[in-house]
Amino acid sequence: MTEINEVSEKKTQNILSEIGQLVVKNIRDYMMYIVLVGIIIFFTVTTDGSFISAGNISNLFNQAAYVAVLAIGMTVILILRQIDLSVGYVAGFSGAVCAILLTNYGWPVWIVIPLVILIGVFIGFYQGMLVTGVGVPAFVTTLAGMFIFRGLLGVATSKTGTIIIKNKAYLALNNGFIPDFKNDTGYHLVTIFIGIVAVVCVLVTQIQNRKSKEKYNFNVVSMPIFVVGMILVSCVIMLIITVLAKDQGIPWSAVIVAVVLLCYNFILNKTRLGRYVYGIGGNDQAAELSGVNVKKVTLIAFMAMSGLAALAGILYSSRLASATPTAGNAFEMDAIASSYIGGVAVSGGVGKVTNTIIGTLVIMSLTNGMNLMGVDTFMQYIVKGIIFILAVAFDVTTRRKNR
Amino acid sequence: MSDNILEMKNITKTFPGVKALDNVNFSVKRGEIHCLVGENGAGKSTLMKVLSGVYGFGTYSGDIVYDNEVVRFKNIADSEQKGIAIIYQELALIPELSVYENIFFGHEIMKGKTIDWNETIVRADEMLKKVRLNVDPSMKVKNLGVGNQQLVEIAKALSKNVKLLILDEPTASLNEDDSKNLLELIKELKKQGVTCIMISHKLKEVKAIADTITVLRDGATICSLDGTEKEISEAEIIKNMVGREIDNIYPARINHKISDKIVFEIKDWTVEDPLKGREILHNVNMKIREGEIVGLQGLMGAGRTELALSIFGNTPHYNITSGELVMEGRTLNIRSPREAINEGIAYVSEDRKGNGLILIQDIKYNNTIANLKELTDGIVINANEEIKVSNFYKDSINIKAPSIEQKVGNLSGGNQQKVQLAKWMFVHPKLLILDEPTRGIDVGAKFEIYTLMNRLVEEGMSIIMISSELPEVLGMSDRLYVMSEGTITGELEALEATEEKVMALAIKH
Repeated sequence: MTEINEVSEKKTQNILSEIGQLVVKNIRDYMMYIVLVGIIIFFTVTTDGSFISAGNISNLFNQAAYVAVLAIGMTVILILRQIDLSVGYVAGFSGAVCAILLTNYGWPVWIVIPLVILIGVFIGFYQGMLVTGVGVPAFVTTLAGMFIFRGLLGVATSKTGTIIIKNKAYLALNNGFIPDFKNDTGYHLVTIFIGIVAVVCVLVTQIQNRKSKEKYNFNVVSMPIFVVGMILVSCVIMLIITVLAKDQGIPWSAVIVAVVLLCYNFILNKTRLGRYVYGIGGNDQAAELSGVNVKKVTLIAFMAMSGLAALAGILYSSRLASATPTAGNAFEMDAIASSYIGGVAVSGGVGKVTNTIIGTLVIMSLTNGMNLMGVDTFMQYIVKGIIFILAVAFDVTTRRKNR
Repeated sequence: MSDNILEMKNITKTFPGVKALDNVNFSVKRGEIHCLVGENGAGKSTLMKVLSGVYGFGTYSGDIVYDNEVVRFKNIADSEQKGIAIIYQELALIPELSVYENIFFGHEIMKGKTIDWNETIVRADEMLKKVRLNVDPSMKVKNLGVGNQQLVEIAKALSKNVKLLILDEPTASLNEDDSKNLLELIKELKKQGVTCIMISHKLKEVKAIADTITVLRDGATICSLDGTEKEISEAEIIKNMVGREIDNIYPARINHKISDKIVFEIKDWTVEDPLKGREILHNVNMKIREGEIVGLQGLMGAGRTELALSIFGNTPHYNITSGELVMEGRTLNIRSPREAINEGIAYVSEDRKGNGLILIQDIKYNNTIANLKELTDGIVINANEEIKVSNFYKDSINIKAPSIEQKVGNLSGGNQQKVQLAKWMFVHPKLLILDEPTRGIDVGAKFEIYTLMNRLVEEGMSIIMISSELPEVLGMSDRLYVMSEGTITGELEALEATEEKVMALAIKH
C-alpha cells in the first residue's frame, strides 16, 4: 500500500517539476496568456460582467478585426527587421476609395473589394521597390508613405468630407454575422458546428504532431500535461463558441481574420517562402549566400502588407459605414504593438502570427474595456503604452536569460 | 608576496543544462606568458570571462585571488580597475572613430569637464610607440588592417596600465607576418612586466612563446606544463587536449585516384570592386579536376575570398569585367548564389557566424535552407523528410548536439562548422569551395573535417580549399595555386611544394 503511495507521489512530483520547467522555458508565451486573462478578469469585474457578454465579445471581434489583419502582416515585416509606418493611412485611403466607388459611382462590391486590395498590393510594390531596389531604409520610405497617403486621403474626401456607405453586403463585412438555418433551439447551429470542427481540427493536428515528434525521439511534454492542455484549449474554444451561439453567431469579421491568419500561418510554417522570411530576419547575409533571393522575399512581404492594409481599410470603413478624413490615424501603432506584445523579437528573426493575434486581443481588450469604463482616449494611450513597453522589456530580458 | 599574480581556485560555472567549468584551478606566475589551450567548448573563454567579470561575482562558485587579495569582480569595469584587460577574438574597436579616440574610449583624458584632445593625441602616440605601430593616430580604425587593429587594441589595454593582459586567439585572423610581429610584441611586454594569458589553437605559436601551458578539457584542468625547462612536444599537448593520440594530423587518401577529367575551369577572370572602382582580380586562370583538392594560398588581402565569392555569383558586390567559368565543358552564366548552387557550386564561408549560419535557428533549419526544393512536395515542405535528412547528416558527420532541434548559436565552433558542411553537402555540389574551413576550431574537429574532405573527394567531388595556414594547405592539397594582389603567381604540385616556395610566390608582385 505504502509502495503504491510512494510511486504515485513520485509521479506527481515528476509532473510538477516538468510543469516548472515548462513555465521557465515558455515564460514568454505563458505571460502573454496570463496578461490577457488578467485583463479580461479585470474588465469583467469593473464592468459588472458586461465585458464578457455575447454582445460585447462580438463587438470586440469587430473592433479588433482591422488591427488583427494589420498586425499579421506587420509580424512578417518585423521578423524581416523592416518596418511599415504607412499602413494606417494606406488603410484610410483604401477605405475612402471604396466609399467613393460604391457610393459616388455605384460600382458593385465584388469588383470594388478585389480592386482596392489590388491597389494596396501595388502601393506595397512601390514601397518595397524603394526599400529593396533603391535602398532607401523602410523607416524613411514608409514615413514618406504616411505623409503621402494621409494627403491622398484628405484629397479624396475634401469635397464631401465624410462619405457614407450604404451598400448592405459591404456593411455586413464588419457588422454582420454568418447565416444560420431556421431553427427554434435558441442556438446558432452553424456556429456550434464550426466550433466542433475547429476543436476536432486542433486535436487531430496536435495529436499528429505529437506522434511524429515521438517517432523521431524529440522531446514532448508528458501525457497528462498534454491531455490537460488539449482539454483546456477545447474548453476555451467551446466556451467562446457557446457564448456567441446563444447570441447571433460568429461575426463575418472573425471569419475574415481567421482566413488571413490561417494563410499566413501556413506560409510561414510550411513553405519555402516562410522559411526564407525567418532566415533573412536571422541573418540576411547568410540567407543571401544560401541562395535566398532576399530582395524578392522582402518585396513580397511589403506587397502583402499593403494589400492587408487595404483589407483593413475595407473592414474599418465597413464598420463605421463611412470613410472619414481621419481614418487610419495611429493604426500602425496598434499593429506594431500587437506584434511585439505577441512576441516578435525586437532583433528580428523570431515571431509567430498566432501569438500576434493574442497580442491584438490584449491591445483591443484594453481599448474595448476602457471604453466601457468610460476612460478618456488619452489615458487609454498611456495605459496601452505602459503595457506595450512592459511586454517588450520582459521579452528582451527573458530572451537574454535563455541564451 | 607570492610569485603568483593570479590564482583561480575551484571555479565552477554552470549554464542552464551544462556545466561549463567544473572545479577549475588555474594559476599564473607574475610576469610570465601563460598559454591556455583546449578544444572548443573546453571552457577557456568561459574561464577568462569569469576572471574579467563578464560573468560577475555570484554567477560562479570558487575564489579568485589576484595580486594576493581575494577579488569579487561584478563587471568588466571592476577588473579593469585592477589592471586586467581582455582582448577578444572579435575586436571591440569602433571603425568610424580614429585610432586615438579608440585608444582612450571609455577612459577619456579630461581637462575639467571636457575632453583634452591634445593630451589624448600625445598619449596615444606614446602608446602606439610602445606597440611599435607606426600610423597616424588620427587615422580611422576602419582603414587599418586586422593586424594593426589588433595592435591598437593592445595599445588601448596598455593605456589603462594593464598588469594582466588576456588575449583570446589573437592571431586567428592574422597572416604569418602579423602573427610573428604580435608574438614579438607580447615577449616585449613581458620584459616590461606585463603578465599575459593567451588562448590559442595554434600549437606552434604556443610552443614558441609559452612559459607555461595549461590544458583544459570538458570544463576541467587537465594539466599545467612548464615550458621553460624542457621543450613540450605538440603531440603531448594534443594528447592532453583530446584525451587520445592523433598520429597524423592530415589523414592520407589511400587508393585515391584523381581522374584526368577537368570539372571546373576559370578563364581570364577579372573583377572590379564597384564601390572602390578598382580591379581586385586580374586574369585569374584555374583548373580543377574531378576528385581533386586544390589549395588556394595567399596572404590576407590577396583576393582569395573575393575570387570565391565572385564565382559564387555574389554579383552586387563584384563587377565581373571579363572572364568565363566552365563547368564540365559548358560555359556558365551565374548572376546570383542561387544560380551558382543550381550549377553545382557550393561556398562554405570563412565567417560562419557573420554570413554562414543563421545562429538563432536550429541545426535542422540550417542544414536544409540551401536546398529546400528537394524537400518540397508542391508548395509544402515535407517536415518528416527534413528530419530524416538532418538526422542523416548529424550522424554521418558526427555533429555533437542533443538533437537536430538545437540552436546553432549554442554549438561550439567545430560543430558549427560541421553544420555548415552538412548544409552544403545537402546541395550535392560538384565543386565545393571551402574558405578557411578550420579557422578557430580545435584539433579534434579539424581532423574530422580533413577526414570528411577525403571522403568527399573519394566520392568524386572536387574541392577548392582556401586557407591561411600553410601546413594545412600543404598537408591536404593535391595541387595548389598561390595568389598575390589579385593574380595567380604560381601553381605547384603537392609533391614539389614547400613552405618556402609558397611564401616566395605569396609575396611576389
